[in-house]
Amino acid sequence: MIPITLTVNGERVSRHVEPRRHLIDFLRLDLGLTGSHAGCEHGVCGACTVRVDGEIVRGCLVPAASLDGAEVTTIEGLSDSGEVADLQAHFVARNAAQCGYCTPGMIMTAADILRHHPDATRAQIREHLSGNYCRCTGYHAIVDAVEATLAERAARRQEERR
Amino acid sequence: MKWPAIGYVRARSLDDLWEAQRTHGAAAQVLAGGQTLLATLAFRLSEPGVLVDITRIPELRGVALRDGVLRIGALTRHAELGRDPLIARHAPLIAAAVPYIAHPAIRNRGTIGGSLAYADPAAELPACAVALDATLHLLSARGERRVKAEGFFTGLLSTLLEPGEIIAAVELPPASPAQRSAILEVSRRSGDYAMAGIAAVLELDAAGQVASPRLTFFGVGDRPVLATRANAALAGRVLDAAAIAAAAEALEGDLDPPADLHGPPEMKRHLARVLLRRALAQFLPAREKAA
Ligand SMILES: Cc1cc2nc3c(=O)[nH]c(=O)nc-3n(C[C@H](O)[C@H](O)[C@H](O)COP(=O)(O)OP(=O)(O)OC[C@H]3O[C@@H](n4cnc5c(N)ncnc54)[C@H](O)[C@@H]3O)c2cc1C
Ligand code: FES
Ligand code: FES
Repeated sequence: MIPITLTVNGERVSRHVEPRRHLIDFLRLDLGLTGSHAGCEHGVCGACTVRVDGEIVRGCLVPAASLDGAEVTTIEGLSDSGEVADLQAHFVARNAAQCGYCTPGMIMTAADILRHHPDATRAQIREHLSGNYCRCTGYHAIVDAVEATLAERAARRQEERR
Repeated sequence: MKWPAIGYVRARSLDDLWEAQRTHGAAAQVLAGGQTLLATLAFRLSEPGVLVDITRIPELRGVALRDGVLRIGALTRHAELGRDPLIARHAPLIAAAVPYIAHPAIRNRGTIGGSLAYADPAAELPACAVALDATLHLLSARGERRVKAEGFFTGLLSTLLEPGEIIAAVELPPASPAQRSAILEVSRRSGDYAMAGIAAVLELDAAGQVASPRLTFFGVGDRPVLATRANAALAGRVLDAAAIAAAAEALEGDLDPPADLHGPPEMKRHLARVLLRRALAQFLPAREKAA
């Protein structure tokens, strides 16, 4: 067992983990944070997207044992912070979550677009989300929700400048 | 599938790494970004005994320009390659390759050292390293050596790396003002490995004459393929439509693509020719492009 101390959603956590434990199982099984999902568990679907040290990663391709000193943010932390409240409202309004399995990963990745690419075009939104699979929605509603959030935030920035 | 039972050692220095190798012998396997290794664990395609995490070894980090050499530490992540100002200026081909590699979340973890060591024939960075005539700085408990990227890839997922040896850095000659470079690929979905791709590097003088062409293809062989005949067809010629046609024709003799999931060899040859024409057309002076 490997001892680790890290920050998860702002709280300090110390645990002993087996090397074979990936970050998603650590969050779900050891910490009870079930918002992050495990889908394929080999890097292709994006259901496991979380932030490590401020940047999105595939949680299924990160050993928990490697995260001593790291700062992890999950969908629970992101939701509670209010950072994506508007994005979540647009997801609900457009039915961009159906079964919801992909949704936490989608929101984490979409939040990355909001943060790093505030002027993203529709094509750039699709490109950025291309590593996140959704088997229900056909993606249009998701892309619409991200686009609407970006537009709304841009309008608000304009407003503030005036 | 869940990963098998494995060991894990966190190396904080090169000495930690050599020590872990002494203790665990052949069971020790280096873990960098984990974006390939951990996926192969899930598939049971690899079963190392002990993962030795090298991501905290300071000597393997950082990008620097020193004594006329651009040195990219093996641990430099794909996303970092894409936003580093030194790379943008002195190795723009590498920055241009980044958007083709996987997806944002994977680019935040995967490293250039891991990509070169894994040597996937359809990967972008090995082809860029060959096209840019990079030198790889290798380290082991026994010492160090430098090898050219061109000879480093020895076959499918195979390299010159000896057991226990690691890539410490990629060293590149900084791009000259005359350098032109481009990377293009064909894949079915964004982020997939290429069905065929080209990393094209050459120099163009004021008269439009080509020097030092290094067109390199990926996804069309068991390793990156430096297109020797196509390059010979271009060298010393003024880049124009006729020169491009001559290079496309000469390319036939450079490629011997295997059939794979995507299709037969003839399809790959076709894609490679199309990519060669598109890449070289980008280097034509504006008036000829319009023509
Ligand atoms: C869904 C998905 C899509 C992908 N698509 C692409 C793509 O389109 N193009 C592409 O190029 N790649 C792609 N990748 C792979 C990605 O680029 C990997 O990051 C890269 O191939 C390996 O880098 P890594 O740092 O993650 O290495 P790891 O997974 O940590 O290691 C890979 C191998 O290299 C060895 N190794 C690592 N570092 C060193 C070193 N410094 N010296 C010696 N040996 C070392 C390890 O022991 C292991 O054998 C994809 C991955 C996934 C999961
Ligand atoms: S569960 Fe991690 S990418 Fe599918
Ligand atoms: S809503 Fe069901 S997978 Fe996306």
